Amino acid sequence: MTTVINVPPSLDDASFEKVLEQLAPLPPDQKVLIDARHVRWSSPYGLTALLAVAQSRAEKAAFSGPETDETASYWARAGFYKHAEELFEMHGHVPRARAAAESDVLLEVTPIARSEDVHEVVGRVQSKAQAILANLNIDSKATMGFAMTLSEACQNIIEHAGTGGWVGVQTYRWKQRLGRRVVVIAVCDAGQGFRRSLESAQGRRLNDRWDDAMALEEAVVRGVSRYRDPGRGQGLAGIRRYVGRWDGKLSVRSGTARISILPSWDTEDVPLNENLPDFPGAQMQITIPEGLTR
Amino acid sequence: MIRHIDLGSVLRGTVSETYTNLVTRPTGHAVRGAIEHLLAGLDPSTLTVIDFSHVGLLDYSCADEIIAKLLQRYDGRQRADMPETGYFVFRGLNDAHLEAIEWVLQHHGLALVAEPLEGEPHLLGVVDDDERMAWAATWRLGVAALPAVADAAGMETSRAEHALDSLWRRRLLMRDDDRFVAVRAGA
Repeated sequence: MTTVINVPPSLDDASFEKVLEQLAPLPPDQKVLIDARHVRWSSPYGLTALLAVAQSRAEKAAFSGPETDETASYWARAGFYKHAEELFEMHGHVPRARAAAESDVLLEVTPIARSEDVHEVVGRVQSKAQAILANLNIDSKATMGFAMTLSEACQNIIEHAGTGGWVGVQTYRWKQRLGRRVVVIAVCDAGQGFRRSLESAQGRRLNDRWDDAMALEEAVVRGVSRYRDPGRGQGLAGIRRYVGRWDGKLSVRSGTARISILPSWDTEDVPLNENLPDFPGAQMQITIPEGLTR
Repeated sequence: MIRHIDLGSVLRGTVSETYTNLVTRPTGHAVRGAIEHLLAGLDPSTLTVIDFSHVGLLDYSCADEIIAKLLQRYDGRQRADMPETGYFVFRGLNDAHLEAIEWVLQHHGLALVAEPLEGEPHLLGVVDDDERMAWAATWRLGVAALPAVADAAGMETSRAEHALDSLWRRRLLMRDDDRFVAVRAGA
């Protein structure tokens, strides 16, 4: 029997929890149909996290994509279908990507599994980032840090996931919370996650409170790594610093918890969410808002 | 003797002909390995210029692998057991490199000599005021004994001595008997 998982019409990091709530009670070998027919909009987090869902299923999941041409075409341009076709059993029409003269997709959904993939995405983003960030009135000094942040976020997959993942970068107007345009980096995988990664550190002692939330605090806030090398774990610290400098937001979800470094403009989210539906791997979102007058 | 290492060439020769960015830890590890290979067997007084002119972006992981680990290897404070001797000047650094470099230097408590193509050479990273003054005085003098450095820096001799000793241990200047020698590559 196939269980239908309904995808909300507007798909971002917050609404994606609705998908995970439906998935969490199901065993990995339960056949599921990801029903995205009614989706009208998705952030890059939504697209990369959907691929991570496919990655997490022992029984190949079925997928029905958005019904509206505009959304389906956008998902194709964003590179989603290119990978979805390999991971899902596709139902219904699969749109083909058409080249767009101008796009708010800064980096289409791209698989990350090796160091070479990081070189590739950094090179691609560098060539477009300056123009797009300038268009968002973001300081030119932010461009280099942006590519560095992207690099470190992607490396997190290679270093800790134990499997591949996906990255996507996109700009859009975030009406709900900010009323400004944003540029968003989303990096998602369905690998071992932060807790298991840190548990694999040699000689590590775990206390009674040890759980996904604590693992995220250790890694994201305190820069703890599973490696003994004191230089490790600084990539996330660098991301945090960059996000702080440009009034951005960093959210990292892993297992049953999500930790966020919140800017003053986000008054709705909380720094730590616990007891979320369990989902393997790590899902990271970095949001840099359009600059006001700098 | 001065040895010049073009990091862009090392990157392309070691990892990939098509790369211009120093990103990812494995890339940094490979590049540092290549640098260490080039340094092997050199006279301990050799000054090595690490040239970033042909490097695009440098990320934190690569900066940690290349710069922090290279400096730590030769840092006499960290290796009391007769550390290897090696002196470095970093050239061609720009905004695309500095963010990551300053971060790793701060994180590990390290410092390096940066020599811009235009303008005065300077120290980057963690140095105290005495070290900074003593280093600047030595750089102006080129080669000088303790009293001359202390005088040029306007410092008490004991303070200058302590600072110069620390700078030498950190390989931020050279020592030739009782004289201190600025680490400079020139044009």
